[in-house]
Amino acid sequence: MTILPITTSPNPIMRIAAFTPYVATLLVLIYALTGDGYLASVLGFALIYTVFVTGLNIFMGYTGQVSFGQNAFAAIGGYSSAWLSVTMEWEPLVGLVIGCCLSVAAAILIGYPTLRLKGHYLAMGTLAIGLIVYEIAIQWEDVTGGYTGISGIAPLGIGDYQANTDNQKLVVLAIIAGTGLLMSRFIRQSRLGRAFAAIAGSENAALALGINVSRYKLVAFVIAALYASVSGWLFVHVVGYVSPEVFGLHMVNLGFTMLYVGGLGSSLGPLIGAVIISLLPETFRAFKDYQDLFYGTTLIVILIYAPNGLASIGSFLTEKLRSGR
Amino acid sequence: MEVPENRFLEVRELTANYGNVQALRPTSFHLDKGEFVAVLGPNGAGKSTLMRATMGLVENSGSVAFLGQETKRNNPANLASKGIILVPEGRGIFSPMTVLENLELGAYLLGSRSTVTGERMSKVLGLFPRLKERLTQIAGSLSGGEQQMLAVGRALMAGPKLLLLDEPSLGLAPRIIGEILEALGQLNREGLTIMLVEQKAPLALRLASRVYILSLGRVVAEIDPREIKSHDDLAHYYFT
Repeated sequence: MTILPITTSPNPIMRIAAFTPYVATLLVLIYALTGDGYLASVLGFALIYTVFVTGLNIFMGYTGQVSFGQNAFAAIGGYSSAWLSVTMEWEPLVGLVIGCCLSVAAAILIGYPTLRLKGHYLAMGTLAIGLIVYEIAIQWEDVTGGYTGISGIAPLGIGDYQANTDNQKLVVLAIIAGTGLLMSRFIRQSRLGRAFAAIAGSENAALALGINVSRYKLVAFVIAALYASVSGWLFVHVVGYVSPEVFGLHMVNLGFTMLYVGGLGSSLGPLIGAVIISLLPETFRAFKDYQDLFYGTTLIVILIYAPNGLASIGSFLTEKLRSGR
Repeated sequence: MEVPENRFLEVRELTANYGNVQALRPTSFHLDKGEFVAVLGPNGAGKSTLMRATMGLVENSGSVAFLGQETKRNNPANLASKGIILVPEGRGIFSPMTVLENLELGAYLLGSRSTVTGERMSKVLGLFPRLKERLTQIAGSLSGGEQQMLAVGRALMAGPKLLLLDEPSLGLAPRIIGEILEALGQLNREGLTIMLVEQKAPLALRLASRVYILSLGRVVAEIDPREIKSHDDLAHYYFT
């Protein structure tokens, strides 16, 4: 079967527009690398969230499902590697593999019954998963350290190489986030991505065409869990510390905001959303007490004027240019 | 289940429920190879439920044998892989995708067999030339008639042995309905077995070789379309 992109790029302007977010992020990256380290740190968190939101985008944007519980898989990935790093003194990469395996197992175990739910019921079901894992992180003190958490986690690295400075961490995070985005784009354009898109379009029509809807929904859920697990792993090794609050409801709220501001279903949306939402509070810091007011107003304005997310602005402008209006 | 030899589709004691409501009472019907069968009935008779239950899209009981073999119930993907393809009510096209992508998804079960996909694509575009002009257009921006053509075209891309159509004329202008029915007639003459659920009886009677009348969730009559001379004849079946 001929594989075509989901949206066609009819003219050169659109093709250039498609690269703009990459170029802009690269410029911000270069600027951050030459700065005092604070911006590098903020951007680093944005890239960790890019990984988390990319997974969420595959499940919600590509497949049309909803999950409020992806923080559970970030917690599984993060805590597994943190515990192995501190208690067993294992390499972060081994922690990554084990964390991902545990997340996949949990996603299959949880997803199989939960994905029979639809709409609001699925949202509530997945929200419960996040809350349960959060509670486990608090109560299972022997492993998670309870509210105190786990500290002294080894930094990211392979063998003798360790990413200790903000700039080194930023480069590693950029490579991992970039790889995650490319993989997401590849999935979207593959046969698997077509099945996801069909499910998002109409589950009944997809079923009638022979697409095994329940299996593909589970596959999307597992992929999203893998991304979440990697983001949890990145967080604990970049910060060197983990506590239950890190993977609480705040992570879900932030992930959703980034996804909708960036563009639900756009492969670049997670990057755009994560960078904008991470940089916005820093931009408004000068307003002191009114910082949250400006932040909230900006979000509302973005969602009013770009309801399909900032990633859609490129195609919107191209459409305007083409129609001459 | 004893299935008569050469029977294409044999459905027995099929029932379907929406919660506690039984939308389809035990219903039996059959199709032979190459037939064009219409299912007629008043609003709320259970026509769409019959299609959805046959396909396994609603919880159901009873038996469905295709090409002499019992099928797995409540597993539409399995039925599709055997060659029973449904064009659902409301078309169910994938709106954000292009026409071409919709058609390609129809051939999803083929995997990467591009030669067969290409052949089927040529046939579909020959049958519906309007789609050829709109291959790169977003499906959601097509007119209602074009969307219905796309829904039928996408189903044909799956290479059906039996095509189930649920109210393809719904909300369409008479001229467009004519074009679609013309295409269905041609497909049937080429050997495709078709089962059509339709509320606009005259349209279905033009093409069908046999008609089932559905009323209050069960088949109440099996008739030869030539027996229907007027609306009163149909009303007689509908309300007996």
